[in-house]
Amino acid sequence: MKPDDIIKLAERDLNLRRSYKYRINVCCSSGCLPFGALKVLKEFQDAVKEFAVEEECKVARTGCVGTCYLGPVVVVEPGDYLYQNVTPEKAREIVREHITKGAPLKNLIYSNETFFKKQLRLVLRNAGKIDPFRIEDYISTGGYSALIKCLTKMSPQEVIDEVSASGLRGRGGAGFPTGHKWNFVARAPGSPKYVVANLDEGDPGVFANRTLAEADPHAIIEGMLIAAYAIGAEHGYIYIRAEYPLAIQTLKRAMKQAASLSLLEGDILESSFKFDVKLRLGAGAFVAGEETAILASIEGRRATPRPRPPYPATSGLWGKPTLIQNVETLANVPLIINNGGAWFSRIGSPRCSGTKCFSLTGKVKNPGLIEIPMGIALREVVFDIGGGIPDGKKFKSVQVGGPSGGCLPEDLLDLSVDYESLTKAGAIMGSGGIVVMDETSCMVDTAKFFTDFCVDESCGKCVPCRVGLVKVKNTFEGIIRGEGKVENLALLKKLGNLIQETSLCGLGQTAPNPVLTTLRYFEDEYISHIIEKKCRAGKCFTSHKEASRK
Amino acid sequence: MSVRTIKLKIDGKEVTAQEADTILEVARENEIFIPTLCYLEGLTSLGGCRLCLVEVKGSPKLFPACSTAVSNRMEVITNSDSLMEYRRMIVELLLSERTHICAVCVANDSCELQEMATELGTDHVRFNRKWTNHKIDSSHENLVLDPNRCILCTRCIRVCDEVEGVHTLDLKMRGKDSQVIIDLDEPWGASNSCTSCMKCAAVCPVGAIYIKGKALSETKDKELPEFVLGRRCR
Amino acid sequence: MSPESLHTGLKSDRRLVLLEKVITQHQYQKESLLEILHKAQELYGYLDKDLFLYISNALDLPSSHVYGVATFYNLFKLKKPGTHTITFCLGTACFVKGVEQIISAVERAFNVERGETSADGRLSLFITRCIGACAMAPNVIVDDEVVGGASKEAVMNKINFLLGDGKVETR
Repeated sequence: MKPDDIIKLAERDLNLRRSYKYRINVCCSSGCLPFGALKVLKEFQDAVKEFAVEEECKVARTGCVGTCYLGPVVVVEPGDYLYQNVTPEKAREIVREHITKGAPLKNLIYSNETFFKKQLRLVLRNAGKIDPFRIEDYISTGGYSALIKCLTKMSPQEVIDEVSASGLRGRGGAGFPTGHKWNFVARAPGSPKYVVANLDEGDPGVFANRTLAEADPHAIIEGMLIAAYAIGAEHGYIYIRAEYPLAIQTLKRAMKQAASLSLLEGDILESSFKFDVKLRLGAGAFVAGEETAILASIEGRRATPRPRPPYPATSGLWGKPTLIQNVETLANVPLIINNGGAWFSRIGSPRCSGTKCFSLTGKVKNPGLIEIPMGIALREVVFDIGGGIPDGKKFKSVQVGGPSGGCLPEDLLDLSVDYESLTKAGAIMGSGGIVVMDETSCMVDTAKFFTDFCVDESCGKCVPCRVGLVKVKNTFEGIIRGEGKVENLALLKKLGNLIQETSLCGLGQTAPNPVLTTLRYFEDEYISHIIEKKCRAGKCFTSHKEASRK
Repeated sequence: MSVRTIKLKIDGKEVTAQEADTILEVARENEIFIPTLCYLEGLTSLGGCRLCLVEVKGSPKLFPACSTAVSNRMEVITNSDSLMEYRRMIVELLLSERTHICAVCVANDSCELQEMATELGTDHVRFNRKWTNHKIDSSHENLVLDPNRCILCTRCIRVCDEVEGVHTLDLKMRGKDSQVIIDLDEPWGASNSCTSCMKCAAVCPVGAIYIKGKALSETKDKELPEFVLGRRCR
Repeated sequence: MSPESLHTGLKSDRRLVLLEKVITQHQYQKESLLEILHKAQELYGYLDKDLFLYISNALDLPSSHVYGVATFYNLFKLKKPGTHTITFCLGTACFVKGVEQIISAVERAFNVERGETSADGRLSLFITRCIGACAMAPNVIVDDEVVGGASKEAVMNKINFLLGDGKVETR
């Protein structure tokens, strides 16, 4: 295959797509599957045959639209009619009325302007629109055209410069400028060089990377290819959680299809550029998402981080220069190449260009997967996109950034979503989790929950994280048993500070965030637990009673 | 390849060093004390105990002296108030992690953790101590492994792998549950891979691995690194 | 490598042939340890001493290293799981939506603690940290089926059904 063949293939498939009058996109990602999405898909396929509209209506299996709370979700094009909670019976009805008679079923259509209005779907551009199992779908929507542009019109340095100009920053949490990183690896001596795509989304409450892999696997692969071309890498790894079977299956298929069109392995598109990718499965260790730990895990060892420097950019996999990027970062790259760095830099906020995907969960009316321009206010996320708190309850706190993110109170809701503002408030961008809590959540209990998580996931290599977090946990247990003392709070702060400052890796350094932010913004709840032995949310002492009855 | 000689400041003192040296090596050459527990000359650095963390001017982060290379015109501070406070707390954490009762310990008076507590002035432990009850393995003819006294510095594991070259020892589990194991977590006496070189006992900073019937002061060589490198190995 | 050195008490059956095949595919590379452990668990259900010895010989890795790696990662099981497994997602969203109450109810009702298997070997309870289906929280995985928006009653019914004691409430 040569670049021209890919372009021809795109045209052919686009014409085929246009030959259909209707297209029914059935979401079959992990969010909709438990609600019976496959049965719905089957019913649509049968129904279009039965009503003899096969020629004009295409039924496609797609990835996630984002409205996971409405699953199974089906979108009918043209017009993007979104049908919610579709059952096989409803599927039949949709074909009968909407497809054959051209009359959309108003009572089944979900219209929620606010959920989509404030979003900007760049990374998730294809999610829910293309069949992730068909590489032709990706190619016909412009996929791999950025790779072709790089290979035929740009030098590796020009690619890096374009990425630098875009202002793109790592989406895995720390927000390091991507262009800088690529320059480091490109200039580092040693070969071969490696690209590692980080899909070890271990944060509880976060499923953005999984959704991306399930909906648009080729965007990740194309991003890796472009990165590899830019830095001069020959080999790549995608490190993915074993808990994501559908994403693994989707990626495996995509890699095979890409290889069959000479987009992977060997001489890519008959150029002299070679790049192969292997899939590596995690095995249940949150810390493996840390960049030095992921290397240890790929090398088949215990996933323990090591001190940096040396950074993976100079000494990564088997001591060779290695570029590690989150998959969301990589999925942005084809867009930047096609539209230019300057275009990308105008999206979002000045210091933080582009968008960020978040899993919005907890006590909101519309939980799901969202993508928002950087710099939007948290309030808009929770109340406009999320639709606010259900059941007439009152908002209490929003936790941003996964298990080691901070819990922010209502008066910080006007904070803008970008790396610096969040860090200043004690939260982090993390890998993109937003969990909303209402008045029935106890902040002491919540902070304990996150601490428990970090205790379980600490690798144990460094003392402050391994032992310090256990002492934090013990203190919480004391408070919840009703044995807390006011002095505990000062010691908690000291411990939290120690763990932040002296831990070896990002897990330890951010683990105290929930404790420190709840102490900062919800100290009164701690006080009432300690002095009045009362949990205003009614969580703590009751569960203790239950436990003692046991 | 010639190694460049560079200049840097440690605690205000102007010193010269070779480019590839670590901060710890340079400090020790110049008789500047930086505490360590998991570090041992001759073994790869772990960077786990965090006692050797130092400040480097111009960076908000702290760096482990044992595994950070010096650079030209670097300014290192090894003894600020906050560093001292952190170190005291880390020792406190270690003392409260498992069962450390000096009076009944084989390592009493020759224990590096005990020395460190004295040196740094950790005179009380503010955290609830955890009295662990892990099984002691005394099945080996000469050696005893007591996980209750282990501080997980992994010196024994590294010496077994890097110097003796057998890798009988490793860690199982993770986090607070981590423990030193022999082979497939089996009794030491049944191990086929162990050569009974006893280097593990020699490098243990506490009383977690020791030789039966010997006072620890006898088995601990004052010039440990040489012993580790095998020059004086039996 | 002589066949005797690989002999570790594993029966030479189809499973062993498949495991050998994967090890060959990975060219006996030490870096493939996690992949091999995954495959071994998939074939045998859990990892025991014979498997560890076999893998350690095949990849020429110290047995303590293999054991250390296998116990570091949560997904590797060293004990035989029960006939039926219930896995509770304890991710943040599931926690906020009250999965803890479901877990303790199941623990009490069936007299098994999380991470353990019932005395009769029929039911195992596991905890996982987030399966990424947070919008449907709380999630409980009953054998291989993900139950979204789970309630105490629904999960209990499913378990009763699996254990087949006829106490299923039909709705």
